[in-house]
Amino acid sequence: MTQPMVRLSGLYKIFGARDKDVLHHVQGGMGKEELLAQHKHVLGLNNINVVMQAGEITVVMGLSGSGKSTLIRHLNRLIEPTAGEIIVQGEDVMQLSEDGLRHARQEKMSMVFQKFALLPHKTVLKNAGMPLSVRGEDEVTCDREAAKWLDRVGLSGFENHYPAQLSGGMQQRVGIARALTANTPIMLMDEAFSALDPLIRTDMQDLLLELQKELHKTIIFITHDLDEALKLADHLVILKDGCVVQQGEPQHILLNPGDPYIEDFVSDINRARVLRVRSIMTPLGGDKVPADAHGEVDVNDTLESMIARSGGDTSHAYIVKDGEQTVGTLDMTELVRALVPRVASEAGARQS
Amino acid sequence: MAFYDKLFSALGLSEWCGTSDDKAPLSLADLAAQAGGEEASGPFVPIPSFDNLHESCNRIWQSRDVTNGIEEGFLAAKPVLKTVLDPITQPLSWILDGALWLFEATPWFIMVPLLVAISWYASRSRPVTIFVAVSIMLLAVVDHYDVAMQTLSIIFVCTTISVLFGVPIGIAMSKSDRLQKSVVPLLDLLQTLPTFVYLIPLIFLFSVTESKLYGIAIILYAIVPVIRLTDLGIRLVDRDVIEAADAFGMNDRQKLVRVQLPLALPNIMAGINQTIMMSLAMVVIASLVSAPGLGVNVLRGIRNLELGVGIVAGIGIVLLAVILDRVSKAALTRVDKTQVKH
Repeated sequence: MTQPMVRLSGLYKIFGARDKDVLHHVQGGMGKEELLAQHKHVLGLNNINVVMQAGEITVVMGLSGSGKSTLIRHLNRLIEPTAGEIIVQGEDVMQLSEDGLRHARQEKMSMVFQKFALLPHKTVLKNAGMPLSVRGEDEVTCDREAAKWLDRVGLSGFENHYPAQLSGGMQQRVGIARALTANTPIMLMDEAFSALDPLIRTDMQDLLLELQKELHKTIIFITHDLDEALKLADHLVILKDGCVVQQGEPQHILLNPGDPYIEDFVSDINRARVLRVRSIMTPLGGDKVPADAHGEVDVNDTLESMIARSGGDTSHAYIVKDGEQTVGTLDMTELVRALVPRVASEAGARQS
Repeated sequence: MAFYDKLFSALGLSEWCGTSDDKAPLSLADLAAQAGGEEASGPFVPIPSFDNLHESCNRIWQSRDVTNGIEEGFLAAKPVLKTVLDPITQPLSWILDGALWLFEATPWFIMVPLLVAISWYASRSRPVTIFVAVSIMLLAVVDHYDVAMQTLSIIFVCTTISVLFGVPIGIAMSKSDRLQKSVVPLLDLLQTLPTFVYLIPLIFLFSVTESKLYGIAIILYAIVPVIRLTDLGIRLVDRDVIEAADAFGMNDRQKLVRVQLPLALPNIMAGINQTIMMSLAMVVIASLVSAPGLGVNVLRGIRNLELGVGIVAGIGIVLLAVILDRVSKAALTRVDKTQVKH
């Protein structure tokens, strides 16, 4: 495997004046509450080890206070870690000089913010061109690139408006266009869609996936919304109280929650819409393809579409294809079983 | 027998105090006693002031020694201060005199249209511009055009200098909490010190015939709001926007010029408006130390009890104040509008 785009190892962040002095308590196993009670320091991140692959969307999910926004700000050192390593494209961000860091922020990482953080006194065009003009590019280049990306996010015609004249969703499109104009391999998105209403949020998620299909950026996406996380993630990292509770492929986490906290989380998800055939099929053993198959399905079909297709008949079975190749079989009984969260199936039924 | 004798003997300090010394300057109480021909009879326990303690102990100062001390200290420091401050502040005299000459030498038929054009450019508001034209002509009709221009030239120079110094000081304060903590009490002092008190040490330091004397007094008084509001304005800039500027790798200068100053501009403009108003207030008082302009006529009104002269000059000052306020406020709202366009 090639070198990962970003690697965080042994990352700690403690908020407080003497963070280095109390670090050994945390490394010795002291929790967030104890640290606050005994040393008046707040534990932000506790031994984070995450690898982010190039071209993937890594989603960091957690509730408020879990340290997810703190985590993303370590990548471009908007927040200084207490201890640990941050390696971006093989380069240790912690070793960078002030100039080197600024250079990295200009050329390697761009950021999209929850509250958009556009310049209110500049037009949409100038806002989108800001990353280039910071680098010292001439105005013609800035405007040309900015116009190109504004068009790409569906904002052509609004170049000379001011941010306050646009709706929230459109402002965030400007935010995304600004990050794309920077033309950096890494995009950091800090709860980028959390301030938008649900319909617009879905639009923006689709836009992001569509852009990603052709641009193949390394995206680090922060969210508190599990539906959003499952929709976008190639790699999902779940944070709680500054610790990584579980990380991995989202479908895998959904089917095999490693912790009661995550079980609780995933139990409220519409599994039929999130889970895909490949996660629950029976891989092909030998060559025996069932003769009574009702048809062929793609590995990436959602269970929802399968239910619609079978008309709810659990006796059906299908052959699963990945492109031309037959990779497994799907029994509708298996499918129905997968729809019930593990914790609920063990308890018989979820008490509500 | 003074009241506090017993205290000093109880403390065993009688010797240190020495014997009564009649050469000491008279205290206020003594003067009162001489005038009334009888010994001062204060309250049962006199307040332990310097004068009262001095009666029992010669070693203790009298109150007038304090004021004398300040005066002597200031006079002792004066030569040094003067050699340092005189050359530094000399350009201010030149600028003030130059501006005064320029405003007076420019013929009215150039000056008035120019002022009206400036008000239009700054405010882009027809009512304000018309008001400015009418007011200036009103002043001219009652032969107050020249004095009004003198006042305007002083305000122009003092406000410009206040902005030139005040904005950088405000920026520096917004960058450093420590600097802010040390400058704020000074600003409070400048703002609360009665305006006449500024003049006293300045008169000692500089000659009354020099124009920098009133220039310094006006600037010290008027610079405060622009400093305060620049500091405040930059500190109030949205933290998220600053973070975005950092995230895209702006350096400190880019951040200041592209983000902080433009976003703080409405506050800075409000500070400049206040600075103009305060220099206008001070320019009247500065006429006591030979500042020319409408203030001189007000002063004449007070000194010679020429009611009409004083009141016409006073109304002239009000007109100038309203002109300056309206034009700068209109400019402020214009700046504000580019911020939040809906």
